[in-house]
Amino acid sequence: MSEVKFSKEHEWIILDGDVATIGITQHATEMLGDIVFAELPDKGSNVEKDGTAGVVESTKAASDVYTPVSGEVVDINQAIVDDPAKINEDPEGTAWFFKLKMKDISELDSLMNKEEYDKFAKESSS
Amino acid sequence: MEIKKTSLNKLHQDSQAKFVEFAGYEMPIQYSKGVIEEHKFTRSHAGIFDVSHMGQLFIYGNENLTSDLEKIFPLDLKNLQQNCSKYSFLMNEEAGIYDDLIITKLKDGYLIILNAACKEKDFEILSNILSKKYKMELSNDRALVAIQGPKAVKILNETINEVKNLTFMTGNWFDYNGQKLFVTRSGYTGEDGFEVSILNDLAEEFTKSLIKKGAELIGLGARDTLRLEAGLCLYGHELDLNKTPVEANLKWAISKERLSNGGFVGSDKIINQIKEGAKQIRVGIKPEGRLIAREKTKIFNETELPIGEITSGTFGPSINGPIAMGYVDKEFSKINTKILLEVRGKKHPANICKLPFYKKSYVKGVN
Repeated sequence: MSEVKFSKEHEWIILDGDVATIGITQHATEMLGDIVFAELPDKGSNVEKDGTAGVVESTKAASDVYTPVSGEVVDINQAIVDDPAKINEDPEGTAWFFKLKMKDISELDSLMNKEEYDKFAKESSS
Repeated sequence: MEIKKTSLNKLHQDSQAKFVEFAGYEMPIQYSKGVIEEHKFTRSHAGIFDVSHMGQLFIYGNENLTSDLEKIFPLDLKNLQQNCSKYSFLMNEEAGIYDDLIITKLKDGYLIILNAACKEKDFEILSNILSKKYKMELSNDRALVAIQGPKAVKILNETINEVKNLTFMTGNWFDYNGQKLFVTRSGYTGEDGFEVSILNDLAEEFTKSLIKKGAELIGLGARDTLRLEAGLCLYGHELDLNKTPVEANLKWAISKERLSNGGFVGSDKIINQIKEGAKQIRVGIKPEGRLIAREKTKIFNETELPIGEITSGTFGPSINGPIAMGYVDKEFSKINTKILLEVRGKKHPANICKLPFYKKSYVKGVN
């Protein structure tokens, strides 16, 4: 497995072979508050880097979820659709959003590592 | 313009509030527990709400004032007992709503609680109509603190003796540390509770005493989910200048005594609408599944013709599902009517349903 990478839209991504698992960060869930609704892309659909690939809603507002890389959706996490509160409980673990079969693994290069992201998140929230 | 702060601002900060700007004030949207926990705590225990941004308008006068206010509000104020409160509206001639409010008859006048975003304008409108005949004071030196929930009466009564004797929609002056507080038994959550008008200087200490007895601070986020579950209107969403009280399904707030003779601002339109029926009316809406339909979501009938729009929509923590209110054409306002809501380009099924979504368990007037 690759190291975990992060996007400026507050998604995390980890690669295993050519399949990437994507979710939203702990920092994102703290900004959103209690998540009460999640919508994920259709299995088998193709998503483009930086395009919308889902929606999360808190009690206050709806936010788009973006995909940090392009690929075909090979799996989605139905458990977070059925119980969106799981996203607040374990955003960077069991509450992953979807898995993509990546087209171009070099797309990961432009993303941030943990240290860079933590700095980015701190600056963007202050 | 510089953002205004209430006298509880420091306490909010110390309590890890997340702030938002609301009507020119820096207000807590939530604390560290988050909206859902705060909401549930209010329903099971007692929540404290800083609503000091709201307007507290004192108008002093005698019977002449009562007659003059009857020319403005659709209420039977002559027969309103001292210390009793009524929900009402400030309207224009077309019965469009400038503001919704609570008015309480005092010994020497009236106290009117106004929405924060509307209070300055309301003051201007009322001053013009009353043509400076009466002393009017939009208070700057008083905070307004609400305590709501099943434990509210016990907690508040330990701080303010005898407050438990107030019945729903009545108020009175009470002593607290040598100062006068005005307390009403009312609220905006669907729970039993009180609103306390207190001098700014005493507000923090008073609020801390409630926290010590087990109540917790609750933000505007949960205030919104609580009021929506209780089916209560929020000005700027369900109510505005383009809506009348009849359309808002708030006919009950217009005194029957006033409908026969009118004589208040907007009475012709109201009387006519009650007779003829309004074209659109406010309803409760439950989306199927977990979908949340926010304000401005378009509403369609089953054959996909547009019939209205959502005015508020969120997740109801006590309902454990999505809830909304909106306006639909009268013929689609019956309970259980199937409708469609357009969210992110797709139409999703929903049903017109009865308000409130959440029914409080307390009995009116019981301690």
